[in-house]
Amino acid sequence: MEQITILEGRQKQIFEKKKGVAQPDIACDTSSLSGSVSQRACVFCGSRVVLYPIADAIHVVHGPIGCAAYTWDIRGAVSSGPELHRLSFSTDLQEMDVIYGGEKKLYHSLIELIEQYKPKAAFIYSTCIVGLIGDDIEAVCRKVAKETGIPVLPVHSEGFKGTKKDGYKAACHSLMKLIGTGPIDEISKYSINILGEFNLAGEAWIIRQYYEKMGIEVVATLTGDGRIDAVRRAHGATLNVVQCSGSMTWLAKEMEEKYGIPYIRVSYFGIEDMSKSLYDVAKYFPDRPDIMDAAKQVVSEEVKTLYPSLQKFKKALTGKKAAIYVGGAFKTFSLIKALRSIGMSVVLAGSQTGNKDDYARLKEMCDEGTVIVDDSNPVELSKFILEKEADLLIGGVKERPIAFKLGIGFCDHNHERKIPLAGFVGMYNFALEVYQSVMSPVWQFAPRKGGTL
Amino acid sequence: MLLRHTSKEVKEREGLTINPAKTCQPIGAMYAALGIHGCLPHSHGSQGCCSYHRSTLTRHYKEPVMAATSSFTEGASVFGGQANLLAAIETIFSVYDPDIIAVHSTCLSETIGDDLQQITRKAKDDGKVPEGKHVIFASTPSFIGSHITGYANMVTGIATQFAVSTGVKKNQFNIIAGWMEPSDMREIKRLSKELGVKIVLFPDTSDVLDAPQTGKHEFYPKGGTTVAELQSAGDSISSLALGAISAEPAAIALEKSCKVAFETLDMPIGLSATDRFIMALSQVAGVKVPDEITAERGRLVDVMADMEQYLYGKRVALFGDPDQLLPLTEFLLDLNMKPAHIVSGTPGQRFEKQMRQLLDARSPETNFRNGLQADMFLLHQWMKNEPVDLLIGNTYGKYIARDEDVPFIRFGFPILDRIGHSYFPNVGYSGGLRLVEKLLNAVMDRQDRDALEEKFELVM
Repeated sequence: MEQITILEGRQKQIFEKKKGVAQPDIACDTSSLSGSVSQRACVFCGSRVVLYPIADAIHVVHGPIGCAAYTWDIRGAVSSGPELHRLSFSTDLQEMDVIYGGEKKLYHSLIELIEQYKPKAAFIYSTCIVGLIGDDIEAVCRKVAKETGIPVLPVHSEGFKGTKKDGYKAACHSLMKLIGTGPIDEISKYSINILGEFNLAGEAWIIRQYYEKMGIEVVATLTGDGRIDAVRRAHGATLNVVQCSGSMTWLAKEMEEKYGIPYIRVSYFGIEDMSKSLYDVAKYFPDRPDIMDAAKQVVSEEVKTLYPSLQKFKKALTGKKAAIYVGGAFKTFSLIKALRSIGMSVVLAGSQTGNKDDYARLKEMCDEGTVIVDDSNPVELSKFILEKEADLLIGGVKERPIAFKLGIGFCDHNHERKIPLAGFVGMYNFALEVYQSVMSPVWQFAPRKGGTL
Repeated sequence: MLLRHTSKEVKEREGLTINPAKTCQPIGAMYAALGIHGCLPHSHGSQGCCSYHRSTLTRHYKEPVMAATSSFTEGASVFGGQANLLAAIETIFSVYDPDIIAVHSTCLSETIGDDLQQITRKAKDDGKVPEGKHVIFASTPSFIGSHITGYANMVTGIATQFAVSTGVKKNQFNIIAGWMEPSDMREIKRLSKELGVKIVLFPDTSDVLDAPQTGKHEFYPKGGTTVAELQSAGDSISSLALGAISAEPAAIALEKSCKVAFETLDMPIGLSATDRFIMALSQVAGVKVPDEITAERGRLVDVMADMEQYLYGKRVALFGDPDQLLPLTEFLLDLNMKPAHIVSGTPGQRFEKQMRQLLDARSPETNFRNGLQADMFLLHQWMKNEPVDLLIGNTYGKYIARDEDVPFIRFGFPILDRIGHSYFPNVGYSGGLRLVEKLLNAVMDRQDRDALEEKFELVM
């Protein structure tokens, strides 16, 4: 492989799987270097994406206007009822507030908002500047909660206080304050919470339906199509089923400690992992063999129609190569398997927030020659994509135009997916989207992969 | 009904902003810096700021948007960001190799008191800036003004930190672009060429944010004002600033630093503002307006006359940025339409005065507000009280348009759900034609949709 310029200090975050070469641990869980064109976001972003789908709460961003403006309804987290989460509320802090403090403004804003919108709860996000000027948002929240009678929950998400993962944790911390405050007497023993599923394009509905077909009660989905009352009852479930390990494992661990609810990690992407996530839940209830039977029934029914429908995509895509650069590492595992099932190999695999164990597993899974990266940047990504001759990039909003400039296909596996990619139907959608993009007629008109027509 | 909670009764709010009609300074600075050739914008703050700005610009342009960040940590926030910025400058030059780094601050770095002038000077003194390369800066605290303020501040930084006066005037004129699209900047260059006037346009995002598909990811696309052009701006005969809010501050600064006289014009959106632009440019340069431009104007006037009856009296609600709203409102009035409600989140008395002056003369009953709480919630409330036929604004208007079932024209920043703004200008006579076409399509499609069968017309 041609040597590429890699940021000094970045070498430890990149790795190429080669036979007979010592396999160092990848460096991860670190902040990006100053001066890098990182694809990552901040603590606030982490908290905002986790809590955002709770649709009957108001989400108030305490800070200058930008943080509220940029996160206004950018994530297609669908609600089946109220849609308060899709509005943008900000205290729009001004210079005088920075000097004299923004507590009063926050207080008035909350009182006005709660009167106007009558939400079930309010989440108050601190931004960078709130961390500096020292507003006591805990005190304001307590006061407003007392006066209005609804939970008013501070989220300590100052942007500079860590990485996006710390934001997930701050969000989970707020959720923990709600959990345990609702009635649980009528909850079945055969019940779960779905954690780390945000109902993008309605995915949580699909997953929920599978579990319900198995006879399992879903107490709360955290946080897709989320409702405050459901969150409050989440401690009544028997098992926590955690997807998107990065965002919700902390919450699962806390719930295990406080309420004795065990958790399992699952993924809903691809046939193999989707099936496993149903079987693993069924296995947890051995006294009810009918649940396992129902799970098998769901899988066999779904696969019976899905498998033949994938074959035409597989035929066209066999031998094509993919590059993956997504948020969480767990998703990468599933994507590798899903791509293999439609004949594609993975030549680049990376994530923004994977941890050491994730990368160890990734190394194990990948073929020889696969490049593995943590917290990459556009120069690296473009370079590796060209060198490895990828035909497809799977990523998020900032990666999409890069793929198209290079003349290769793209699939958004992030906030901007427009069709559900989870579940069995999601696998079909995924294959279709990959097929459409990789095999698009547009590429016959475009100079591809570095400039040849 | 996504906005079902919007109440009709308008109450003064204390502090709260609902659905803002603005965003913060740094994104404006980032956009302006992308209009300099070979420039990498740099966000001196937390990682999230840079990521959000890049994502928003990417959604608006469907183009890769490159920018670096100081990646503030808790330590930097306590001890100051100097070390981060110095390290960043070194890293950027060695890895991304731009000609220029354009640093802008954020609420975080401003509040902890980082002095960008001092830090960038230190970087130069310490030899971290390679020979022939540049680091410029602009202070862009998010808690003052709006994205427009940030744009103006970075354009001012560009003007003052590059332009030099050699004492020998060059036969050229500066055109300082207010916040407009790459397509608009391309059109300004075309019109100047038609007039035969040599200009230095800055910033210039054409061929940067509307780059062609080439099979390569060009980290620094071919467009953008060059350093040589910017340096020569100090020797230009005079400057035209297109926009009092987003462009004039740079013109003032350039007059101070290099004694280049300036004139401020409205952004040339619509007939009257384009007339003023063409006249001003032809006068300062002492050239005659060529027949081709007169013919372009004639085509616009022709269409305005042909279709006047369909636009007459239509009530319009609009929201957006000052320098665009002002000439757009004037154009609507020229088309015999009725601007009913106007909202801009960008604060400032200058704009307030300009708009009031226009409205007092031609449409005194128009509701207008800018600055704090001039948000889309307020606009929606006004529309509920006094309904309109048309809504004009950025993508976020689509919620109101849907709930109120009002035709909607996308105009301004950001446009996250349509294309076109990068490729087809709003400025100039051809931009005017495009606007008229859009206005007519919106109004006439609605007329067709709602017409009773016996009134459903073939010829319109």
